[in-house]
Amino acid sequence: MQVGMTSFKARAKSALADATLKTAIDRTAGNAETKRATAVGEFPQFDAARRRGRKIKDHVIANLEHYLTQFERNAIASGAKVHWARTSQEASRIVIDICKAANAKSVTRSKSMLGEEIGLPHALEAAGIERVETDLAEHIVQLADETPSHIVWPAMHKTREQVAELFKSQHQELPASDAIPDLVESARKDLRRKFLNADVGISGANFLIADTGAICTVTNEGNAELTTTPPKVHIVTAGIEKLVPSLGHAFMLLRLLVRSATGGDFTQYTTFHCGPKRPEDADGPEEFHIVLVDNGRTKMRRELPEMLRCIRCGACMNHCVVYRQIGGHAYGATYPGPMGSVLTPVLDGLKQSRELPHACTLNGKCAEVCPVEIPLPSLLRGWRERSWKEGLEPVTVRAGIGGWAFVARRPGLYHMATAIAVRLMRLFKRGGRIAWMPFAGGWTEYRDLPAPPKKTFINAYHASRRGAKP
Amino acid sequence: MTSAIECPRVGLFATCIVDVIRPRIGFAAVKLLEEAGCVVEVPERQTCCGQPAFNSGATKQTAALARQFIDQFEAFDYIVVPSGSCAAMIKAHYCEALADDHEWLERATTIAAKTWELMSFLDEVRGYRPVGIELEATATYHDSCSGLRELGILEQPRRLLKAVDKLKLQPLPGNDVCCGFGGTFCVKYSAISNAIVGEKAEAIDGTGAGLLLGGDLGCLMNMAGKLSRSGSKVRVMHAAEVIAGMGDGPAIGEEE
Repeated sequence: MQVGMTSFKARAKSALADATLKTAIDRTAGNAETKRATAVGEFPQFDAARRRGRKIKDHVIANLEHYLTQFERNAIASGAKVHWARTSQEASRIVIDICKAANAKSVTRSKSMLGEEIGLPHALEAAGIERVETDLAEHIVQLADETPSHIVWPAMHKTREQVAELFKSQHQELPASDAIPDLVESARKDLRRKFLNADVGISGANFLIADTGAICTVTNEGNAELTTTPPKVHIVTAGIEKLVPSLGHAFMLLRLLVRSATGGDFTQYTTFHCGPKRPEDADGPEEFHIVLVDNGRTKMRRELPEMLRCIRCGACMNHCVVYRQIGGHAYGATYPGPMGSVLTPVLDGLKQSRELPHACTLNGKCAEVCPVEIPLPSLLRGWRERSWKEGLEPVTVRAGIGGWAFVARRPGLYHMATAIAVRLMRLFKRGGRIAWMPFAGGWTEYRDLPAPPKKTFINAYHASRRGAKP
Repeated sequence: MTSAIECPRVGLFATCIVDVIRPRIGFAAVKLLEEAGCVVEVPERQTCCGQPAFNSGATKQTAALARQFIDQFEAFDYIVVPSGSCAAMIKAHYCEALADDHEWLERATTIAAKTWELMSFLDEVRGYRPVGIELEATATYHDSCSGLRELGILEQPRRLLKAVDKLKLQPLPGNDVCCGFGGTFCVKYSAISNAIVGEKAEAIDGTGAGLLLGGDLGCLMNMAGKLSRSGSKVRVMHAAEVIAGMGDGPAIGEEE
C-alpha cells in the first residue's frame, strides 16, 4: 500500500506523461490479452466453465464456516499449525512472531498479493529480518524499492531495458545482455544461494483445499517450491476466500485461472503442500503454518459477496482501458485496476479511495473477461452510490448532478434551459465547432465540441409538426 | 395487439444529447421508423433517461427520472432510442433503480421489454432494410460499449449499412475497445480519457476510412472531437443518418 500524499489524479497525470511506462504496460498486458483470447478460443466450454467456477465460489462463500472448519480440522490433522487473523496488522504480527520464534535472520518469499495486502514486506523490514523476494518480478520490484503494479506481473511497469539496467547496478552476477534469457540467468544466480540460506519461507496460496487441509500454489518459475521446501519453516498466508471444497474444484478453477491470467493451458508448477515433512519424506519444512486472514472479507460477505469470487487472475486489468493508460501504481493501492477499485474501499476505506470507483468508463470489458463472472461495473457503481449517500462526493459534483436532475424533472424548465444552453454555446462556435467554452474545459482541453444547431430536436420537430418554419 | 404489431405506435426517445447537439439523428430516426411502418410520436416533455445520475451514484435522482420516463412512455407499443447506452439504461438499469418499489418495479420491467435501441429495432423487430439509399464512402464502425455488452448490438447496424449502395465498410481494429467517453468520466478524468481516445483516433485514422460511424452520440462526439483536434480528415456520423439517406449532410462538428 502506498497511498501517499499525492492524489489519484496527480499520480495518473504523471503516469500518462511516462512513455516508457506505456510501452512496458502494452508489451505485457497486450501480450496477455492476445494469449488469453487464443486460449479461450481453444476452450469451447469456457463459458460453461465460467458458470461452474462462479457456482463453486458462490457455494463456498455461502458455506464459509463449514469449509473453514473442515479445512482447519484437516490441516491440523496433517500436522499444520493454523492461525486466524482478523486484520492485516494481526496477520503480519503472527508471521513475524513465527519468524522470531524460529530465530529467522533471512526469509524467502514467493509472490503473494495477500502478503502485500497485510503489509508483510514492511513488517519484516521493521522486525530486522532480511526479506528475499524469489518471484522474478517481485525480485525486480524489491531491487527497485517499489511495490507491485499488477497482481500477476508485479513488474509490469518496467521494460526489459530498465530491468537490465537495474540488474547491472545491483546483481553480483551481471547479465550478459538485455535479452530476457540473460536477465533471467543473472537473477537465478543471484537468488539461488539465498534460497538455500533462508530460515523461513513464506508463500501465499491460490487454493485452500477443505477436504484435505492442503494448500495449492501455482507459479511459472518454480520459485514457490524453492521457497517452501529448503527452509525449516514454511508460513502460508491466505485470505479465507481461497477455500474450495476439494481438489477437483481447485482444478476446475485452475483451468479458468491460468487461461485468464497468462493464456497458458496450465502453469509450469502447480504444487500442493500438505503439512510439514513426514519421517518418510525426502525434504520439506519441519514446521508448516497457515495464517488465515479475514481483513474485511467477512464484511464483504455481507456487502460485496460477488467480489469474494475473485481468483486474482488479473484479466480485468489487462483489458481495462484506464489501467492500460496509467498502470497499477497510479491507483495507489495494493490491488489496481477494476478488481482493485472494488477492493480498495474495503481495505483502505471509501473516504481515502472514493476516486477509484469513479475512474472507470463502465465499459463492461472487465466483466466480460472475468473468469468467475464478477459484475465489476455494478460493484463499482455500488461504491459510487455509497459515496453519494455518505456525503463523500465533492460539493461541485453533488450540486452539478443534483441541479441538473432538478431541472430534468421539470420538462418545461428543462426545455427552456436547453434553449438557453444552445444559444450560449453558439456564442463560442467557430464554424461547426467549439474549441473553448467556459465550464467545458474538461472537454475542450483535449477535444473539440460540436456546436449545436439553433433549435433543439424537440423544438424543431414540434415546430415543423405545427406547420411553423423549422 | 395484432394491428399494433403491424403498424406499431412507437415513442421516440431522442436522448438529451441528440436533442441539443445533433437533432439530425432524431430526424433520421423518425424517417427510418416511419419507413419501417411505425407510427412515430415524439413526446414533447421528454428530457433525460437519468443515466448521468445513475452512474454518479445519485439513486434518488435516478429513480425520480426513471419514474418520469415511464410515465411519459409506457403507453407506447415500443420505445425506440437512437443510443445503446440510453436504451440500456432503460432496459437493464431501471429495474435496479426502482428495485425498492414493487409497483414501479413492475412498470419498469414492462417498459424494459418494449424498449429498443434504434438499429436493433429496425433490424430485429421490423426486418427493415434501406432501399435506394446511396453513399459513396469508405466507413469504419466503432461499437459502443453499452450497446455491445448490455444489449448485444454488433451485427444489426452492419446489416443495415450493407444495404446502403456504394458504401464500403472497413473493419476497425479494436472496434470493441472503449473510446474513453464514459459519460461524466470524460470530463472528470479528462487526461485519462484523452489518452484513451487518442489511441482510438489513431486506430480510426489507420483504417484509411474517410467516415467513422457508430450508434451512440456521446462516443461519436468524443472521437470526432479528438479526430478534429488532432487534424484528422475523418468525418463522423451516427449510422442512422447514413441509413436514412442523410449521409451527404454535415458531419459532427461541421457547419450546418
